[in-house]
Amino acid sequence: MSILVDRDTRVIVQGITGREGSFHTTQMVEYGTNVVSGVTPGGRGKTVAEAPVFDTVADAVAATEPNVAIIFVPARFAPDAIYEAVDNGLPLVICITEGIPVADMVPVYAHVKQVGARLLGPNCPGTITPGAAKVGIMPGFIHTPGPVGVVSRSGTLTYEVVDALSRAGIGQSSAVGIGGDPVIGTSFVDVLALFEADPATDAIVMIGEIGGDDEEHAARFIEEHVTKPVVGFIAGQTAPPGKRMGHAGAIISGGSGTAAEKMAALEAAGVRVVDRPSAVPGAIQAALLAVGQPVSR
Amino acid sequence: MNLHEYQAAELFAAQGIPTNGGAVASTPGEAEVIARGAGGVVVVKAQVHSGGRGKAGGVKLARTPQEARAAAEAILGLEIRGHIVRKVLVAPGADIAQEFYLGVSLDRTRRQNVVIASGEGGVDIEEVARERPERIVRALVDPLLGIHPWQARQIGFALGIAFDKVAGFATITRALYDTYIAEDATLAEINPLVLTGAGDWLALDAKMSIDDNALFRHPDFEALRDLDEEVATEVDARQSGISFVKLDGDIGCIVNGAGLAMATMDAVKLHGGEPANFLDVGGGASADQVAQAFALVTADPHVRAILINIFGGITRGDVVAQGIAEARERVAVTVPIVVRLSGTNAAEGQKLLAASGLIATESMDDAAAEAVRAAHAA
Repeated sequence: MSILVDRDTRVIVQGITGREGSFHTTQMVEYGTNVVSGVTPGGRGKTVAEAPVFDTVADAVAATEPNVAIIFVPARFAPDAIYEAVDNGLPLVICITEGIPVADMVPVYAHVKQVGARLLGPNCPGTITPGAAKVGIMPGFIHTPGPVGVVSRSGTLTYEVVDALSRAGIGQSSAVGIGGDPVIGTSFVDVLALFEADPATDAIVMIGEIGGDDEEHAARFIEEHVTKPVVGFIAGQTAPPGKRMGHAGAIISGGSGTAAEKMAALEAAGVRVVDRPSAVPGAIQAALLAVGQPVSR
Repeated sequence: MNLHEYQAAELFAAQGIPTNGGAVASTPGEAEVIARGAGGVVVVKAQVHSGGRGKAGGVKLARTPQEARAAAEAILGLEIRGHIVRKVLVAPGADIAQEFYLGVSLDRTRRQNVVIASGEGGVDIEEVARERPERIVRALVDPLLGIHPWQARQIGFALGIAFDKVAGFATITRALYDTYIAEDATLAEINPLVLTGAGDWLALDAKMSIDDNALFRHPDFEALRDLDEEVATEVDARQSGISFVKLDGDIGCIVNGAGLAMATMDAVKLHGGEPANFLDVGGGASADQVAQAFALVTADPHVRAILINIFGGITRGDVVAQGIAEARERVAVTVPIVVRLSGTNAAEGQKLLAASGLIATESMDDAAAEAVRAAHAA
């Protein structure tokens, strides 16, 4: 078991013939992910890493029955790619693209909700279930199968934490990057609910950052609905107000969205909040010991 | 990207919002000429990308052209929250009967745009929201249908606006929302929106921020960009595709990934240092990018050590190390450099770096501690 992707995942790659799309398709296939097809308008008849390319998502769906879409389409065309995926029945759409205007994402978010699909991202590294499927751009080799679910707004910071866990002999059930934009399809709360329900997950690592109040909502949700131990880290304790820290969503505005507020909210909800990424494995070990679970299986 | 008041006011006026007019002066003489042309009382207002202008002495009333000149003399060159005033707006004075706040922005929690209004205008809206939340009226906007006329009217009635003035208020509210959408704004704000003694609606201020991700749709905004308002190195960084924010410390940071870059700054602080900047060099950390990053970081004379933190991932550590070595040949760096390299082929990369005389480590904590030590020893 795992969340979002597993051995039965059949991936369609939108923007498969582009530089990023073709590179990461090869990487995903090498990891063992079942990439069944790709889409690039005008690309019919080509193949990338042995996956057939189609002009439209509809053609690819009819021929190859994918159940997860991953999008590498440039920002100005990415919203259209998300609509094309969900309107052709894809239940899970993972958008890697960075730089999509907020004004485009607001109606995209509403539409995805309306049709009952799930969007992960945009501006995210995707998701991986170690040993089963990698649908994203993370380095696969740092992950090991195990009992810890990881959820994060950031890419490289997630790799940092996952790498530290793996080195400490602690494997992961799934690792999910929800993205660094102000409007994202899947929130911390959504992923926490999935991990709570997942029998393969015994503990959860949540990596937040400044901006917005998704972490505060997560804290409330953890208090009320999560029985598994949660370890938290929040990046941006030294970030100044009013400045965007790389991610479009990482900004302290009007004095709210600070790391201190988020850390306090999580601590109040019983989350073990650590002050540095390297402290995550120790905190997880302690948490798992406390609930009598082995750190690896 | 932030706009100046006079730029935002022009965009508002183009959508039919009644604005106060006026003209921009960059010398006291120009201000005097504008005031003479306007006749009567004028307001001289600092044009800077910062709130709190009134409290800082950046807004003055002038009864005569001579007073306008004196006001401009006092305001031009003033520093408001770190911003130097280089331009003033000289606008006709208004006879204010009632003040309101009206704004549109994104409600991140609901992932929907929201109209916010208050009967307390001309004051800091965040303070009102904190201390008297009952004085704030909010309306979420349907992302697919836009703002309905009834919503705009309902806000007006909730603010206690007289029936015969509600239609005018609703028109302005819808026009402000339309401007926000049309221009890809992240904030569109009128504070204060006033009813004059004669019973007319008038936007006495205008504030707008534009979504940087949407600038490709608005090539004309490039002309509105005020480079004087931006930190020079941040402008250079934007042009080379690097995310960079200048801070006040002495440890320059070069990192791949935004989240890791923030965590690196935090690690510096945790080990007793102060970061000089946020810098996300992007995914690959190629020689070109690292050379650019060196140039940005070393442009700050306060920097006494540089901390490079790269998580190798798909990019191989030895390639990153080569890039760092190459970048050092192109950009002269005189302060100590500490490199933390992890991920694929990290060991090979560290060997390369050590051979070129750099301090290389695999742990982020060690690297941060080492950088702080090196900066204090320098």
